[in-house]
Amino acid sequence: MNDMTFKTVFTPPQPKILATNPAKIIAEGVDVYYGEKHAIKNLSLTIPDKAVSAFIGPSGCGKSTFLRSINRMNDTIPGCRVTGVINVDGQAIYDPSIDVVDLRARIGMVFQKPNPFPKSIFENVAYGPRIHGLAKDKTALEQIVTESLKRASLWDEVKDRLHQPGTGLSGGQQQRLCIARAIAVNPEVILMDEPCSALDPIATARIEELITELKEKFCIVIVTHSMQQAARVSDLTAFFHLGILVEAGDTDEVFTSPQEKRTHDYITGRFG
Amino acid sequence: MVSLVIIVALSVLAYFASQMRAAALAAGGATLRARPTFHGYLAFVVALLAGLVALALAGLTPALPALIAAPAAAAAGGIAVFLAVSPVLRARVIFEKIVLAVLILASAIAIFTTIGIVASVAVESLHFFQQVPMQSFLFGTDWSPTAPVPSFGFVPLLTGTLLITVIALTVAAPLGLLSAIYLAEYADLKTRAIAKPLLELLAGVPTVVLGFFAALTVAPFIKTAGAAMGFSIASESAMAAGLVMGMMIVPLISSLSDDVINAVPQAMRDGSYAMGATKSETIRKVVFPAALPGIVSAFILAISRAIGETMIVVMAAGLAPNLTFNPFAAVTTVTVQISAMLVGDQEFDSAKTLSAFALGLTLFLITLALNIYALRVVRKYKEHYA
Ligand SMILES: Nc1ncnc2c1ncn2[C@@H]1O[C@H](COP(=O)(O)OP(=O)(O)OP(=O)(O)O)[C@@H](O)[C@H]1O
Ligand SMILES: [Mg+2]
Repeated sequence: MNDMTFKTVFTPPQPKILATNPAKIIAEGVDVYYGEKHAIKNLSLTIPDKAVSAFIGPSGCGKSTFLRSINRMNDTIPGCRVTGVINVDGQAIYDPSIDVVDLRARIGMVFQKPNPFPKSIFENVAYGPRIHGLAKDKTALEQIVTESLKRASLWDEVKDRLHQPGTGLSGGQQQRLCIARAIAVNPEVILMDEPCSALDPIATARIEELITELKEKFCIVIVTHSMQQAARVSDLTAFFHLGILVEAGDTDEVFTSPQEKRTHDYITGRFG
Repeated sequence: MVSLVIIVALSVLAYFASQMRAAALAAGGATLRARPTFHGYLAFVVALLAGLVALALAGLTPALPALIAAPAAAAAGGIAVFLAVSPVLRARVIFEKIVLAVLILASAIAIFTTIGIVASVAVESLHFFQQVPMQSFLFGTDWSPTAPVPSFGFVPLLTGTLLITVIALTVAAPLGLLSAIYLAEYADLKTRAIAKPLLELLAGVPTVVLGFFAALTVAPFIKTAGAAMGFSIASESAMAAGLVMGMMIVPLISSLSDDVINAVPQAMRDGSYAMGATKSETIRKVVFPAALPGIVSAFILAISRAIGETMIVVMAAGLAPNLTFNPFAAVTTVTVQISAMLVGDQEFDSAKTLSAFALGLTLFLITLALNIYALRVVRKYKEHYA
């Protein structure tokens, strides 16, 4: 019965990417509140596996809020409430029987501001594998760390200084360190909140390359303010406005022939 | 008092007069170097300072009646600025310079007072060391300043101080740290709003009250408990003093540690939670190591507070300079002996009296070293998140 109500509100054309890639995350009728504030309104969206989905929209429209509700990081914010259903692999993640700690191990996150721990580069990457007991011994751990740093294309820059603090790296290197930290536990989904907002064009290009590589194995969701970036890296684009998901579809469709006037105005930079 | 009121009134008057004169100039078409309010401020501080200086001088020279001199000086200062008001007067620049000078003066007074105290203690200590050789003070194991042949061995006082400090820390370190972690990480806002001030209230209990609590409640309790188990324990013991002193420094440790734990950026915790870490893993592996330098410095400050504490020890641990590490024996500490040496009638240059200065100097050097170490740890911590 709930089905009926939200389908009448928002009936997206089926994106082509969903025909080729299986759905990984399915949100249905999601509302998010910060106390009285209604930050996400009746949102329904299907996110494909092994693809990059981009969330775009003006500042304050709820992109980060929705992103954080996918790995339940909103739980740590006092007064934040999520209703509706979010399924990951068919499992309702807000079900009381779900172990949040377990869920977050499966859904990695890279934050808008790089936040390496004040530990060595090695320890930063080894953090997740250690707490989840992913490495049997020291060699296996070293293997995971090396592998993750290589995949985050940071290895060459840090291989001689693995035991120096991660906080001593440059901003772009720190962001790649955080990506290495996130992929070290082999998550199924990686959420990235504006991962390039503090980076120069070169570091941005490297991270975009990395994202394209990572989507071979993972389901990637990225929040970005750069239209070009969304167009370059993503397969699916979702446009948010004032807590509402206005439009979601294949990236080339959304950028060439948006269905909604608001989307068109936003991506052409004519948003008032 | 009356003259103070008059000075302030005159200064306010000077403010308005100069401000209005400058405003009139500006209204007349002149371009001022500073806004009219700054002309007013300048007149105010000049009048006030002139008045205060005159008041101080009048206090020093009885011939000068304060009631006349101070208002006269203030008026003169105010009028001088009033007459000086002109488009070219750099009132703002001069005013800022005067403010700066006052600020420098204030900190200089504090610094020179400290230097003066240390210097006087050091000089008196020198006199002491002319009578008692330094090595017999530093390494002697017998402290009996009132014996027919007095002996000033500092070691039993040091061990007494250390013993009590160690007992206090054994109590306060876990209690303080655990309550800090609870307050910072687990307590909800309401609990925190009640529990934190209550804990800090403990820091406001006068140490003399804690002292008689130690002597009249804790010490007898330890004594009867010991007797029940077949030990005979002195009614004054290092244990009683140490336990209560531990309670005294709990709020110091918990409050400072709570602050440093709170200062660990939320982004660190989020990073850990997002990796699938539990709350206790996050605290143990991310928050605590990040806050550790700050926590260490909180401990060091608590230790120097414990070392300097006198009242509790006087009342609960006794005056007996025993060289022992038995926590149930009566001991004495550096601070207790300082006060004991200076109580009662005494000649000022006896070795007994002068020994208080030597003890004070030693104590000062110990706590100074601890504080410098704490500051360095804190600085290192600050660099971490800069
Ligand atoms: N912790 C919070 N408490 C209360 N309100 C919040 C909180 N976080 C976000 N909001 C509000 O929810 C709305 C959506 O915020 P959100 O951070 O999701 O926006 P965003 O789309 O990520 O914006 P930006 O592009 O600027 O990062 C905003 O109006 C914001 O003010
Ligand atoms: Mg955001």
